Amino acid sequence: MAAHSHNAHNEQITGEIPKPQTKGIWRVFIILCVLTAVEFAFAFLMEPGTLRNVIFIILTIFKAFFIVAEFMHLKHETKSLIWTILVPCALIIWLIIALITEGSFYGDSVFNYFK
Amino acid sequence: MSTTTTLEQPKTGTWDGGNEPMKASYGKLMMWFFLLSDTFTFGAFLTTYGLIRHRHNAYTGTAEDFTFSTAYWPIPEKVFNAFPGFHGVDLPLAFVALMTMILILSSVTMVLAVEAGHRIDKNDVQKWLLWTILFGSTFLACQAWEWSHFITGSDQGMLMPDGTRFFGANLAQNEYGPVLFADLFFFITGFHGTHVFSGIVLLIIMFITTVNGTFQRRGHYEMVEKIGLYWHFVDLVWVFVFTFFYLV
Repeated sequence: MAAHSHNAHNEQITGEIPKPQTKGIWRVFIILCVLTAVEFAFAFLMEPGTLRNVIFIILTIFKAFFIVAEFMHLKHETKSLIWTILVPCALIIWLIIALITEGSFYGDSVFNYFK
Repeated sequence: MSTTTTLEQPKTGTWDGGNEPMKASYGKLMMWFFLLSDTFTFGAFLTTYGLIRHRHNAYTGTAEDFTFSTAYWPIPEKVFNAFPGFHGVDLPLAFVALMTMILILSSVTMVLAVEAGHRIDKNDVQKWLLWTILFGSTFLACQAWEWSHFITGSDQGMLMPDGTRFFGANLAQNEYGPVLFADLFFFITGFHGTHVFSGIVLLIIMFITTVNGTFQRRGHYEMVEKIGLYWHFVDLVWVFVFTFFYLV
């Protein structure tokens, strides 16, 4: 969280502004660019299929990890906050998978019944 | 008259009150929970997309022989292959790659603004907020172009049963493939675009407040951090939209 330095309350007496620490931020940026480039490589060089989709999803989860952990700073929060966010997300993923598999089966049986 | 009062010692555990167990302010926690609820919304879109895609046939031929047809789900790189200023040139997914880069870059400038806020560096916060607004608006403009191109359609269009030709797509007709393909495109990218738009409005408010020196007088830039969380979430959603709509 932001430092509550008291002399900063007065705009006139701002002390030395520390030097920016941006090395880590640009490192994450480069990682995200590389992952996106790899996704494009797979999109054009590999035949479409289940394996390619699995690779896409894994790469997407890697990208999501870097955005949430570093950019949204979740990696550096307290353990309780990390779990408060991650557990519902895991349940959402479960929900999506369950709805798609069950829903596809239900959809197929309904449509095939009226064929 | 002696009264015995047993003074109960106040509890000082992590969850006994009087402190911040998660070491985050109320506003920041609520922003996290809002983003969690927004995840459900986009999760619903993803579920709908998965179900609808499952109900349609997949294209089985080679990519070279691909033609638009309502009989099967189109290959995304054949639909999204246009680039502004290169009419008729086949540049698969080039424009969406550019959009992705712009949005990731806007996320980076947003972290830089938050980082400058930690150092109470008003000038740097202003500079990086302005870059973020610029990249965000550019992304939105790109999306507007993508939409108008999608709606206007290709040169050949689609032959209708009555002999006329239909160009482009709307919610009821679609020359690129099944009608639901266009519907999902409009709803998913549209919903994401609305989020980007709200983000830009919030960022402009942040910029004005920073210029007025409100955060400097307050002594911290936590508000910029909260809007930063929202902005990164918008970027995060795009990562998923990009994978499931343009790649898979």
